[in-house]
Amino acid sequence: MQMPVPRTTVIARRAEILAALQAILPVDAVIEQASELKAYECDALTAYRCPPLAVVLPRTTEEVASVLKVCHQFGVPVIPRGAGTSLAGGSLPTADSIVVGIARMSAVLEVDFEDRLIRVQSGRTNLSVTGKISDEGWFYAPDPSSQLACAISGNIAMNSGGAHCLKYGVTVNNLLGVRMVLMDGTIMDLGGGHMDAGDLDLLSVVCGSEGQLGIVTEATLRILPKPEGARPILIAFDSASVAGACVSDIIRSGLLPVAIEYMDRPCIRACEAFAKAGYPDCEALLIIEVEGSDAEIAHQLGLIRALADTHAPREIRESRSAEESAKIWLGRKSAFGAMGQINDYMCLDGTIPIGELPHVLQRIGDLSQQYGLEVANVFHAGDGNMHPLILFDANKPGDLERCEKFGADILRLCVEVGGCLTGEHGVGVEKRDLMLVQFNRDDLEAQMLVKDAFDPHWLLNPAKVFPLEVSEARRSQ
Amino acid sequence: MTTLTMLSPSNENELAEILRGATGRLAIRGSATRHYPQEGTPLTTHAISGVQLYEPGALTLVARVGTPITEIDALLAQNNQRLPFEPMDHRPLLHTTGEPTIGGMIGLNHCGPRRLQVGSARDLLLGLRLVDGTGRIIKNGGRVMKNVTGYDLARLNCGARGGLGIITEVCLKVLPMPEATTTLALPETDPEQAVRTMAAALGSPYEVTGAAWDGATVLLRVEGFAQSVHYRTSRLAHLLPSAVSIEGNPWPAIRDCLRFADQKTDVWRVSLRASQGGLAARRLRDKGIDVQLDWGGALLWASTTSGTDLRMLLGRGYGHATLLRGNPGPTTPELEPQSAPVAMLSEQLRRSFDPRDLFRRS
Repeated sequence: MQMPVPRTTVIARRAEILAALQAILPVDAVIEQASELKAYECDALTAYRCPPLAVVLPRTTEEVASVLKVCHQFGVPVIPRGAGTSLAGGSLPTADSIVVGIARMSAVLEVDFEDRLIRVQSGRTNLSVTGKISDEGWFYAPDPSSQLACAISGNIAMNSGGAHCLKYGVTVNNLLGVRMVLMDGTIMDLGGGHMDAGDLDLLSVVCGSEGQLGIVTEATLRILPKPEGARPILIAFDSASVAGACVSDIIRSGLLPVAIEYMDRPCIRACEAFAKAGYPDCEALLIIEVEGSDAEIAHQLGLIRALADTHAPREIRESRSAEESAKIWLGRKSAFGAMGQINDYMCLDGTIPIGELPHVLQRIGDLSQQYGLEVANVFHAGDGNMHPLILFDANKPGDLERCEKFGADILRLCVEVGGCLTGEHGVGVEKRDLMLVQFNRDDLEAQMLVKDAFDPHWLLNPAKVFPLEVSEARRSQ
Repeated sequence: MTTLTMLSPSNENELAEILRGATGRLAIRGSATRHYPQEGTPLTTHAISGVQLYEPGALTLVARVGTPITEIDALLAQNNQRLPFEPMDHRPLLHTTGEPTIGGMIGLNHCGPRRLQVGSARDLLLGLRLVDGTGRIIKNGGRVMKNVTGYDLARLNCGARGGLGIITEVCLKVLPMPEATTTLALPETDPEQAVRTMAAALGSPYEVTGAAWDGATVLLRVEGFAQSVHYRTSRLAHLLPSAVSIEGNPWPAIRDCLRFADQKTDVWRVSLRASQGGLAARRLRDKGIDVQLDWGGALLWASTTSGTDLRMLLGRGYGHATLLRGNPGPTTPELEPQSAPVAMLSEQLRRSFDPRDLFRRS
């Protein structure tokens, strides 16, 4: 994976840039010691690292604006960073860049149950948004698996989803407004407490723009009353295609489960060895969760059971208590940990049309043999968002490269069957060089026009999303 | 306006060809259900039509821009599915004719009461193809539910009124029809109290899919499996003791704001915070202006005497007001003026995607 050659002219002025930043920020807000910079040299895509020129940790929108003004003036690339949990390298620095970390901006600014919204500083973690309103019976719906650690700013940058977005939608469907700072230091509000845009819907393109259009410092989020209850059912099948057909039947039936999760045999075995959730050893396992009152849950689970029965399942296990629910979810929730215990792994994130599931699983199996690397599949089946986990040994020379090639082949396959490269993790640097698999140059040119408007000098997170050769002329202007 | 031959490309390539060769402003329309005279050569997209793909088991539909909504509704109904966002039918309010198309729907993003629960067209839009003002064909998004690959130009173009390009094809998420629907009604003449009542319903776990106030009555809709609808309406009636279930379907009239259809007035569509909707509705009503609330108060409809500047009456700091019926003027533009940085960025985007001002509205 290539990164642009750092601008030596910027690096040469490091002392000057640091002095300018120190002049406008509190003393503890500028990090410049090599030992401290190490903490910011990568995000959750740990295979790639590079310490930045410096890191700043502002506390207010105005501080962010002054930092960006300075960086704009010096022509310094800026890497926005929330909690650093990106699996796609969204906040990977370059040696000539300033990282703007907004983890210190975590305040709740407003809660309004009558208008059903919460306004927070965007460094607040996803789970602590719900934490603030949970006692009153409310929640914020998008729930990426990193929700304990990840920041709302990163959720907005990557338009994060989660297991429950089948019913509640992803970040863009739950984001009402932002306050953001443009690269030249302009502070701008998009949206607010209202539900649609008055003219061009700039908010929708800011969401998912991977920190390339501006730095979001505040977010107004839609909140929802908690359901009366929720309960999962576990269904085991002997074949992937039968499990896939069952998912389609459920979706067509008018049932709206909050989650339909799928695990394949390698994943089931790994989770079972790790968490001992008591899963049956089968080819495909579905965990389906429904919500409502006890009677509504019983009714929906009854319908699911009846639909599943027409597909001759190996086993159906319906939760009858909180303990049983926890046990059904235990294995699924420990999937990543379980795989991590076996070996290093790379987590992919392509999406496919649901009907392509059996075919895609078959092809992934073939590729696994071809590359000689094991793969386990766990994914959000209701919306076709796959997370194949490829196992490799980071200490074995050549293994990472082989794994990356295998991963790229899987993502090409996702696009080939009508899906996309990334469903919820974002492009970052990880999938940047595959963008021409999904888009042609005109498609990418149109997207880059948007960046040109927001950030004409291409200083914000410039080496991400677009293949370097495609963005070259813009970045080197 | 001089009479000009209507351009009517039958496919995307023909459209791209026309746009590449265009020398002046174009007046774009679908089937003109919301059209009023504009400068420029008229161009209709209604011949770029037809459903391209429909997968009921994946809840996805791909249709060309000129496909009539009735054709889509009929196809979906065969599989007991529907467009969940309740596209507004502008004809009664604007006294127009023609068949509403999916392209007009996406271009405007005017959606009905279910916005509260499932979102608007913008939320259910999975991808699109369009031709920009240089004649460049662009695809964005796709046909899967979760997709964060690259910038979301699909949603940027939803509600953009064709200002950045002409959409040729859209992919939408559809949803199953519910087994049962019940509407509860509560008498209420005070709009602020109406919003508080709707907030109580919307703050409950009973999944209300419509919450509107028509000036005299609060209407609440519950949809789903019959058993569940029965349970949830009974819980809501317990929460709001004066609520009774009513026969009939008042929701299309709310969606299209039919109450104002035959009035000789301007009609404004105002998007704002729900609680602001209640307050604004009360103030406007006290000035003798007829009002209606949808989306739990977050969508305010106002019927004003011709030439009234509703924005002046609303004051500052609300969401935005659109003059949907009436003659826009220099002090009362159709769309709410934006803050300086937002206006500047929007202008820059228009210039980038439409450098020759083909789609520019005067």
